[in-house]
Amino acid sequence: MKEYWKKYFVLRKHNTQVAWKKASKSKMCYLFLLPYALLFTLFYVAPVVISIFYSFTYYNILESPRFIFLQNYISLILEDDIFLIGLKNTFLIAVVTGPLGYIMSFLFAWLINELPRWVRSVAVVVFYAPSIAGNCYVIFSVFFRGDAYGYVNAFLMNLGIIDKPVLWFINPDYMLPICMLVILWMSLGTGFLSFVAGLQGVDRSQFEAGYMDGIKNRWQELWYITLPNMKPMLMFGAVMSITQAFGVCDVTMALCGYPSTDYAARTIVTHLFDYGFTRFEMGYACAIATILFLIMILCNKAIQSLLRRVGT
Amino acid sequence: MSKKKKQETVEAVYHKKLIKRRKPNRSIAGDFFLYLFLVLVAVVMAFPIVYAVSNALKPLDELFKFPPKILAQNPTMDNFSDLFVTMGKSWVSFSRYLFNTVFITFAGTFGHLIVASMGAFVLAKYDFPGNRTFFKLVTVAMMFTGYVTQIPNYLILNKLGWIDTYWSIIIPAFASPMGLFLMKQFMEGLPTSLIEAAQIDGAGVWKVFTGIVMPNVKPAWMTLIIFSVQGLWNNKASTFIYSEEKKTLVYAMQQIQSGGIARTGQGAAVLVVLMVVPIAIFIFSESQILETMASSGLKD
Repeated sequence: MKEYWKKYFVLRKHNTQVAWKKASKSKMCYLFLLPYALLFTLFYVAPVVISIFYSFTYYNILESPRFIFLQNYISLILEDDIFLIGLKNTFLIAVVTGPLGYIMSFLFAWLINELPRWVRSVAVVVFYAPSIAGNCYVIFSVFFRGDAYGYVNAFLMNLGIIDKPVLWFINPDYMLPICMLVILWMSLGTGFLSFVAGLQGVDRSQFEAGYMDGIKNRWQELWYITLPNMKPMLMFGAVMSITQAFGVCDVTMALCGYPSTDYAARTIVTHLFDYGFTRFEMGYACAIATILFLIMILCNKAIQSLLRRVGT
Repeated sequence: MSKKKKQETVEAVYHKKLIKRRKPNRSIAGDFFLYLFLVLVAVVMAFPIVYAVSNALKPLDELFKFPPKILAQNPTMDNFSDLFVTMGKSWVSFSRYLFNTVFITFAGTFGHLIVASMGAFVLAKYDFPGNRTFFKLVTVAMMFTGYVTQIPNYLILNKLGWIDTYWSIIIPAFASPMGLFLMKQFMEGLPTSLIEAAQIDGAGVWKVFTGIVMPNVKPAWMTLIIFSVQGLWNNKASTFIYSEEKKTLVYAMQQIQSGGIARTGQGAAVLVVLMVVPIAIFIFSESQILETMASSGLKD
C-alpha cells in the first residue's frame, strides 16, 4: 500500500512538473486568453459563486448580509406558495415547449434540407425570423384580445363554439397554453441554425452506401445515417433549447402582465425579478437563482447522457 | 464579372441536376405531404410577422376596423412619421437614444469579437495546461441563462462603479460564452499545417493570429457580430442604467408602445422598427452564419 502511494505521488509530481514546464513555455497563450478569462470569471463564474454564497444569507443591500444558513431554501419550498406555482409553471412550460421546440427545430431543418438552395435560404429566414424579431410576440395580444373584437374571440363566436368572449390573458385556465403557443412559435432559434448547417455537412457517400445496404425509406435513413452523424449538433441544440425553456419570462410578463392574475403565469425568473428588483431581498432572490441554476445544469447533463444513445 | 456569372450558371445547372436526380428511397406521396405540411407551417410562422408589418402600414381608421383586413388597403408611412414626431418631442431627443443604442452595440460587438477570438484562437490551436478545463467551463456557462447571474452582476458592477454608465452593458457583453464557443469550434477546422508553416517562417503567436487565422475565419466573425448585435440591439438596459439620457432606443420605443389605444399606430410601427434590424442583418449574412454553425457541434 505504502509503495503504491509513493509511486502515485512520484507520478503526480512528475505530471505537475511537466505541466508547469509546458505552461511556462506557452506564456503567450495565457496572455492571449487572459482578457477573455478575466472577463469571463468576473461576469460568469464569480456571479454564480456569489449567488450561492448570498443564498445562505439575509441581504437587503442596505444592511450587511447576515448568515441564516438554509432558511431561504426552507421558506422557499415550505412557505412560499407562489414560488411553488412558479416552479410548476416553469416545469410545465419547459416540459411542453422544450422537447416540442427541439423536435420542431430538427424536423424542419431536416425537411428543408433537400430543397433547392434558394428555397432553403428563404425557408431558413421564415422559420428563424420569429426568434430574432425583437418583441414581435406582443402582436399575439392583438389576436387574443379579451373583448369580442379580438380576432380569436370573434372567430370562435362566429363559429358558435363560444357564446361570450374569453378573457384569454386574464383567465388563469388559458394563460399558460397561449404562452406556450407563443414560445413554440419563437422556438426555432440557434439550435435550428445549427441543425440546418449540420445536415448540410453530412457526408453524401454515406447515403449512397445506405441505398446499397438496403435502407428502404426516409425514416430509416434518418435513424441510421442522419441522426448518428448529427450527434454533436443535437447536443448543442439541446443545450440551447433547455436554457431557453427554463428562462421563460419575457413572453409571460409581456402578455399576461406582471404580476399576472392569481400568479397563474408566474415563472421562476419572474419570481426572481420580484424579489431581486422589486423587494430587494437579495439573499432570497439568490436562493431562487441558485435553484434555477441547479435545475438547468442537471437537466442539461441528464439530456446529454440521454442523447449519447441516439442511433446506437 | 462575366466569369462570376458563368460560374453561377454552372452552379445552377448543377443544382437542377440535383433536383432531378431524386434519391431512390423516397416516395412521391411522402414528398408531397411533407412539403404541403412544411408550406402550411411556414405560413403559420410567417403570419404574425406579416401581420405586424401590415399593421404598421395601416392608417388609423383601418387599424380599428372590424372585421379586420390582414393586408393594409391604403398603405401609408404615417405611423412611422408619427413615431418620429413623438420621439422628437420627448424630453431626451431621439438622436440621443439612437446614439446610445448604436454606441453600445458597436463597442460591445467590437470588443467581443477581439477578446473572444483571441481566447478562441489559443484554445483551438495550442495545447497548454488548463486548456480543456477552461473550455468545459465555458460550455457549462452556456447552459444557464443570464437571469441567474443578474443580481450578483449588479453587485459586481456596483463595486466597479459602472452602474449607470455604458460600460455596464458593454463590458459584460465581451465575455459572452456563445461567441467564444462558436469561434473556437470554427477555428478547429482550420488546418494546423497552415499555422505550422507560418511558425517555421518565423511568425510569432501574434503574427499568426492577425496574419493567418483572423483572415481565414471571416464567416465566424460575421456570426459573432450577428449574435452580439442581436443581443445588444434588443438590450433594454433598464436594470443597470437609470438616467434617461443613457437609455437605449428599445427602451424608449417600448415606453411609446405601452402608451395605450392612442398610440396603437405608433406601437405597430415600433414593432417593425425593432425587428427589422436583426432580421435584415441575418438575411445579409445567412450563408456565413450557416457556415459557422456547421462546426457548432458539442463534442464530449
